[in-house]
Amino acid sequence: MSDSFCAWCGGAAAEGDHAACQRRRVLEPPRYCPHCARRMVVQVTPAGWTARCSAHGASSSDSDRAASAPTA
Amino acid sequence: MRQTTAPTARRQGRTVTAAAERTAVEPGAPDILTVAREQVLERGEGLTEPQVLEVLRLPDDRLEELLQLAHEVRMRWCGPEVEVEGIVSVKTGGCPEDCHFCSQSGRFPSPVRSAWLDIPGLVEAARQTAATGATEFCIVAAVRGPDRRLLSQVKAGIEAIRAAGIDIQIACSLGMLTQEQVDELVAMGVHRYNHNLETARSHFPAVVTTHSWEERWETLRMVREAGMEVCCGGIIGMGETVEQRAEFAVQLAELDPHEVPMNFLIPQPGTPYEDFEVVEGAEALRTVAAFRLAMPRTMLRFAGGRELTLGDLGAEKGMLGGINAIIVGNYLTNLGRPAQQDLDMLRDLRMPIKALSETL
Repeated sequence: MSDSFCAWCGGAAAEGDHAACQRRRVLEPPRYCPHCARRMVVQVTPAGWTARCSAHGASSSDSDRAASAPTA
Repeated sequence: MRQTTAPTARRQGRTVTAAAERTAVEPGAPDILTVAREQVLERGEGLTEPQVLEVLRLPDDRLEELLQLAHEVRMRWCGPEVEVEGIVSVKTGGCPEDCHFCSQSGRFPSPVRSAWLDIPGLVEAARQTAATGATEFCIVAAVRGPDRRLLSQVKAGIEAIRAAGIDIQIACSLGMLTQEQVDELVAMGVHRYNHNLETARSHFPAVVTTHSWEERWETLRMVREAGMEVCCGGIIGMGETVEQRAEFAVQLAELDPHEVPMNFLIPQPGTPYEDFEVVEGAEALRTVAAFRLAMPRTMLRFAGGRELTLGDLGAEKGMLGGINAIIVGNYLTNLGRPAQQDLDMLRDLRMPIKALSETL
């Protein structure tokens, strides 16, 4: 499922410039579900974060890293 | 409030921190760094408020000299060790207070939602922190003060951390306390309590309206009298004037805390300060050094916002400019740089991490 919304500002990913959002995301966990833009319940821990969307379930820094890692 | 408070404060901050506004020292007056070398480095006496102000007004071309002196003071009166700490939020968001910098206030349209960390999550956070070599783990909650449910959660969490055999000292930051709650935390084995005054007394009413600076001071007084170590700092860049930064440094020195965490404002969406400018790197470093010269023997800890304000190079300069403690890993709602990056930095700077045995 591709991201439809910006996880930082909650705006539509296809609308506007989200470059500043991406810069902020380096030092912030996601706040909005990238699939529906619902605000997520986010828990930051010393080594990562977990986020839960009431409609799309849980995600975490581990799954985020795995998704962005290059495939072999 | 958002429309009136923020622009005024922003304008204040810009005006007083601009290099062009820095006043020249009177001809014939002794140079402040020469004075500080003799007074602070040699005798261990912190600078007075007018002296701190003079340091904060030093031009950028004297910054390196200032940082070098602050580093010498730190080494002379605190030693080379660096205390490493990890923190975690056990109760996030939904706070009834209106601290204008905070994304966890329930009064602002912040995207941060309420969350509770369960006991296994708390134990895992302590384990992650201990794995970095940290000696301190601080349990934090976004509350005015702890209620029975929160204190029970903290008590159960501490017991679980101990039962898991995690060798780390536990601190708490749970807002304003009653004497009974102070006593309860002591009985739980909490050895240090964080409660930031946040900013100068004269600026506090512009930052928080739901409680007073004096109420915070009262909690700190009870904490100290109960035998816990006092951890008290604040946030730089909330529209305070440079005079108020000097005022704050001296008020902290008067409190004489064991530790002063230094945060730099991270403008958070939805808060009254969301459009504030990030503190410039040179300004942040000058403030770190000035606080060191005001408090030669106090632990000064790099806390939130350093990544945004200073970047990697600035963090190193801060470690060589008066800082002797650091929060590694993530913060409460923001992410830090990877803990290993900070540990590598300390290794490269040949700064030993304070061991647990030295803190007991």
